[in-house]
Amino acid sequence: MIRERLIFEISDKGKNGFRFPKLDVPENKSLNDRIPMRDSIKDFPQVSEVEVVRHFTRLSQTNYCVDKGIYPLGSCTMKYNPKINERIAQIENFITSHPFADPEMSQGNLEVLKTLEDVLREVTGMDAFTFQPAAGAQGELVGMMLIRACMEERGDPRKFVLIPDSAHGTNPSSAHICGYKVKEIKSNDSGTIDLDDLSNNMDKDVAAIMITNPNTLGVFENQIKEASEVVHSKGGLVYMDGANMNALMGICRPGDMGVDAIHLNLHKTFSTPHGGGGPGAGPVGVKKILEPYLPVPRVKNKDDQYFIDEDCPKSIGRVHSFYGNFLVAVKALAYILSLGPEGLREVSETAVLNSNYIRKSLEKEYHLKYKTPTLHECVFSDKYQKQYGVSNIDIAKRLIDLGVHPPTMSFPLIVHGALMTEPTETESKADLDSFIEAMKQIAEEAREDPGILKSAPHNSYVRRLDETAAARNPKLRWEP
Amino acid sequence: MSYIALSEKDKKEMLKAIGVSSPKKLFDCIPGDIKLNRDLKIPTAMSEPEVMGYFNECAQKNKNSEYISFQGAGAYRHYIPAAVDYLSSRGEFASPYTPYQAEVSQGTLQSIFEFQTLICQLTGMDIANASLYDGASGAAEAVLMAMRINRKSKVLVPKTLHPHYRQVINTYTRNLGISVREIGYDETGRIDTTELEKNLDNNTSAVVCQTPNFFGVIEDLDKISAYAHENKALSIAVLAEASSLGLLKAPGEMGVDIATGEAQSFGIPLSFGGPYLGFMACSKEFVRQFPGRISGETNDIDGNRGFVLTLSTREQHIRRERATSNICTNQALCALRATIFLEILGQQGLREWARQNIQKANYAYDLFKDIRGVKAFFSGEIYNEFVIKTGKKWKEVESEFMRKNIIPGISLERFYPELEHCGLVCVTEVSRKKDIDRFAEILKGILAG
Amino acid sequence: MYPEDFRYTKDHEWVKIEGDTASVGITDFAQSQLGDVVFVELPEIGEELKSHQTLGVVESVKAVSDIYSPISGEVTEVNEGLNDVPEILNQDPHSKGWIIKLKIKDKSELDELMSASEYEKYLEGLKDEE
Repeated sequence: MIRERLIFEISDKGKNGFRFPKLDVPENKSLNDRIPMRDSIKDFPQVSEVEVVRHFTRLSQTNYCVDKGIYPLGSCTMKYNPKINERIAQIENFITSHPFADPEMSQGNLEVLKTLEDVLREVTGMDAFTFQPAAGAQGELVGMMLIRACMEERGDPRKFVLIPDSAHGTNPSSAHICGYKVKEIKSNDSGTIDLDDLSNNMDKDVAAIMITNPNTLGVFENQIKEASEVVHSKGGLVYMDGANMNALMGICRPGDMGVDAIHLNLHKTFSTPHGGGGPGAGPVGVKKILEPYLPVPRVKNKDDQYFIDEDCPKSIGRVHSFYGNFLVAVKALAYILSLGPEGLREVSETAVLNSNYIRKSLEKEYHLKYKTPTLHECVFSDKYQKQYGVSNIDIAKRLIDLGVHPPTMSFPLIVHGALMTEPTETESKADLDSFIEAMKQIAEEAREDPGILKSAPHNSYVRRLDETAAARNPKLRWEP
Repeated sequence: MSYIALSEKDKKEMLKAIGVSSPKKLFDCIPGDIKLNRDLKIPTAMSEPEVMGYFNECAQKNKNSEYISFQGAGAYRHYIPAAVDYLSSRGEFASPYTPYQAEVSQGTLQSIFEFQTLICQLTGMDIANASLYDGASGAAEAVLMAMRINRKSKVLVPKTLHPHYRQVINTYTRNLGISVREIGYDETGRIDTTELEKNLDNNTSAVVCQTPNFFGVIEDLDKISAYAHENKALSIAVLAEASSLGLLKAPGEMGVDIATGEAQSFGIPLSFGGPYLGFMACSKEFVRQFPGRISGETNDIDGNRGFVLTLSTREQHIRRERATSNICTNQALCALRATIFLEILGQQGLREWARQNIQKANYAYDLFKDIRGVKAFFSGEIYNEFVIKTGKKWKEVESEFMRKNIIPGISLERFYPELEHCGLVCVTEVSRKKDIDRFAEILKGILAG
Repeated sequence: MYPEDFRYTKDHEWVKIEGDTASVGITDFAQSQLGDVVFVELPEIGEELKSHQTLGVVESVKAVSDIYSPISGEVTEVNEGLNDVPEILNQDPHSKGWIIKLKIKDKSELDELMSASEYEKYLEGLKDEE
């Protein structure tokens, strides 16, 4: 197999891939003396356009992607990204619009943001949204800051935030940057929050609970209303991580469950492509009590005229250079308008159907720690395979050989050797079956020929990579 | 339109396999009293042509295409080579997740590794990460990083730093017991070093310095770093206009400890402010406190070179509340665009690009400040933006320009009430000489009247 | 497996006493749970540690674990070799992989720690919980 070299290794003096027009103003030579300028940039690449195009085309071909096949990464909602959304996000008047342009010149942009706010309010049952957060983690941070600001105004920001042991790592991390200490709440035998443990921990020092619903096991927190009541009765607030909204659209709404603040991941639930790690968007929705604290700027309208409101004295301030990842919001709105109310409900129903089909088809071959019914994802583990010396990483790497993307590994932390599987609604039965067949084949190989799993993948562009060496002896940039 | 790939027959078979009669049954685990039991009140579904039509109409309500713009201030108009759009829109780059499964993500991981290398070369620093959200959160992350390194609680932030970046630093630090002190500017338009010196003490964690700064003026990073180091504080450089790195001295050559900024100029369209591209680089002694993902080189079991996400124990999914940052998803596809952009431009292109920016802006600056009624407000050297003071209030000047379909820049009054007669004008390589000359003519007319 | 003359904690650290000095490390069980160690964060010499206080951090590729001081005392030496060759912790956790040496403050604290046989029994108990 041809190994794609680094661009720096094919660079050669004097080559270039782009030509600017000739400078059309008289050159001012004195600038070179007046301003401290650098010499040429050492080892900066010099390549032709065709080399760049082939370099990235060949690199792209070593990636697995949603456009190629099923991508059942749990908690990531890797659904198909409709192509119309990409075309819309390239409309000239959107992409050439400057963030400092007068609102009168950006009415179209502001209409998109306001319309998206309105539909998301309805989908979630919340009262207001901000689009500043550039990703889910930033959304969580904003949500917790809103809660803190509200608590401060009531006289005491409090000290702790309660987080279930099944939560995403971003939850405790965001709470920490917000100045809170984290108290972990145990899950019970059904994988949901233990209401007793919650009641015991909820007191006047606790500002909020951060809850994921459905949680990272794919289980709906069926006592969320009771949990919210416990928290509210002691003066606390409820934050919901909306990463798993794909299970709930048109079925039920966080705003009706006692949730005070939520973030959504537009790059998960609302189909904007993940781009190999972003850009996403993490809009935050709140109930009325938290609205005064939302970040500035806020987009508002009076009749058909949209305007920007920066005059929000209680606001926590700004968290983004401008309006957040605007083009991601454009794509999400395009998606919602394409689907409409029935379409969104069908998304959730089908996501849950697909996930349960996989669960049912594999539950004999793979251990399920929690037997509770699940919605859009389910968490298998490598417990049955462990006896043959096979771990979840071996299963994942073997799936690569079989042409499908592995599930999320080793998360949530409460399931040892987890394989967290979320097919999403967009997969055909044939694609679901190919994943199921691959998983069954691996279960059999674990019994018959575990060696083939331990040394997988065998036919990928690179084979199993030495992560230990990478971390012990970090090489983080090319050097000649 | 729905994006479901199951036929009715498929659904029936699957329901039968699961053992339920309808998909609704699968939601029995949700208590009835919180179920919606009605349709969402949102617009009914549209076909593809209808959706396209709606957004075309929406976009037409934006008036930007009717104007020639001289706006900058953290968002810059630059030419984007065709190959950038072409390559970055490939599904193999746009539609994968974060490269957790390295063996099927080498394209993404190698691109990130090249991006990190390019950022190191441009900034003159040792290590760079895979990206942050934008310049503003980059500045805030740098401040938090400095506090983790030296555990001091005061940060000096100049008024010459982009006002939005200052606001974001304030938001990020407000709950962490950090005091943020603002430092003024002098007549050169640079940080007032007398005031800086007065405020530096043993408890100062870092000095932040944007260059070229919000006024377009090139700061003396060398000197600012020296002040910081004398007081055992760290020097943080913020590069809001990354094209300047093609020509101006690199932060790494000027004593900077952490360099961060906004790389929107590297092939990312204006897009009403996002998605953009935050970047960060630092000296390698601080790697354990560095936020964000990093791609590293290693080998596979056959000895072939490959790349993996590495040093992950700094990150939230492992270290949870003690992580160096809560960042998870970043701006990967924007970083890919920047990588392609920089590699297409290459050594010569990058330098020529920066040269045209500085030359054209200085041409315009010299032309405008000779106009009667116009003053160069600051005496410092500029890169591709500058502040002019006019005999009339800038707002009046601006509305006269708008009537001639020119956006003359940004009014500074909203951020600096003392500068109500001042505008911030940005001239890049895409500004044509004839438009600059016309700007001058119009300005002359406005101020003569 | 577990040296008879060491004392052990529930967090899987060991202590070896030599006069007024105690060496501290992590147990073979701890290193096997962590996997390949890639980094060890060490305290400063001269630091005063209380028992149960964090003295450092061990990192593998995908896990981070605090190391707690089994007893109180002042850090007199740290194993600098771990900076360059952290894998000693995997290869020889009970000897070359020592992490710090302490000047013991209160010998009575040792009584609260487990003996080798008690620790082995404790590990058996953990296995049953799995």
